[in-house]
Amino acid sequence: MKVFHYAAPQLFYPLAGRLWPWFAWLATAFALVGLWVGFMLAPSDAQQGEAYRIIYIHVPVSWLAMVIYLAMAFWSVLGLVFNTRLSGLMTRALAPTGALLAFLSLWTGALWGKPMWGTYWVWDARLTSMLILLFLYLGYIALTSAIEDPRRSDRAGALVAVVGAVNVPIIYFSVKWWNTLHQGASVSLTQSPRMASVMLSGMLLMSLALWLYAVAVALWRVRSLILVRESQSGWVQHLPEVLAHRASRSAA
Amino acid sequence: MIWSNASEFWAMRGYGVYVWGSLGVSAALLALEVGLVRWGRQQALDAVCEAMDEEFPVLKDADQASSHTPGLAHGATL
Repeated sequence: MKVFHYAAPQLFYPLAGRLWPWFAWLATAFALVGLWVGFMLAPSDAQQGEAYRIIYIHVPVSWLAMVIYLAMAFWSVLGLVFNTRLSGLMTRALAPTGALLAFLSLWTGALWGKPMWGTYWVWDARLTSMLILLFLYLGYIALTSAIEDPRRSDRAGALVAVVGAVNVPIIYFSVKWWNTLHQGASVSLTQSPRMASVMLSGMLLMSLALWLYAVAVALWRVRSLILVRESQSGWVQHLPEVLAHRASRSAA
Repeated sequence: MIWSNASEFWAMRGYGVYVWGSLGVSAALLALEVGLVRWGRQQALDAVCEAMDEEFPVLKDADQASSHTPGLAHGATL
């Protein structure tokens, strides 16, 4: 099958190398437009003043923190079911970015909460479940780096990713299921958005930029993971970049 | 344009600390991540070279590495 063709690290490595710069350039372009719309064109909010502009960062990092965890769970299911070598590496490549974005979600949320709610932090369902997401990411990273054997490490990590994915819908629906301080969704799939279209487009542009960024970084990072994992194989040792690196090392 | 001058923009009408604190830290950490991924690439290349050095301690000419048989068949699953 064509899809599984690229599941071989040897074939995915050059593909990722060709793709990531495109994602990186597109991410930069969308971020610049998104920042312009969000900070130069969008009017201030009637209730929140200029503090609302934090949403141009907060909403994208929060969405992506959840999406990346689901992506990790997706790769993990593939890995557990089909035993593909790439799955564990892709899951691993996504985790640091997910952890960073989960942290930024809490950080930007706290900086929004202080002027709006009068507190940086409350133990409410939305905030607590997001904190749990950050701990799941950190737990995944700690567990996979503690287990030396790559196959066992991948399998253990995959279990954490799949089981932990239960938390993502909990985060998403927490504002509906529980009486939280956090406001409900301003944008959802079932209703038309409850915000001005220029604000919405700024937020969507920033989300798209961050999505592209996450893909670029994951593809870039997975190439390094493939190199280390396959460092004993001939195809890695014959790569031009490896030969060049070795030549520069022996010259030094 | 919604701002009448630059200082109004930076002040964010009293919310400057919160808005720029969010944007600044996010930008800084994303830049740090890019730096770490770049560094990780060099680390990975070093790791491959070390694996090769262990396998062929005296080998200096990388072209001779072609005599080595790959450990795994292409596309084999682990």
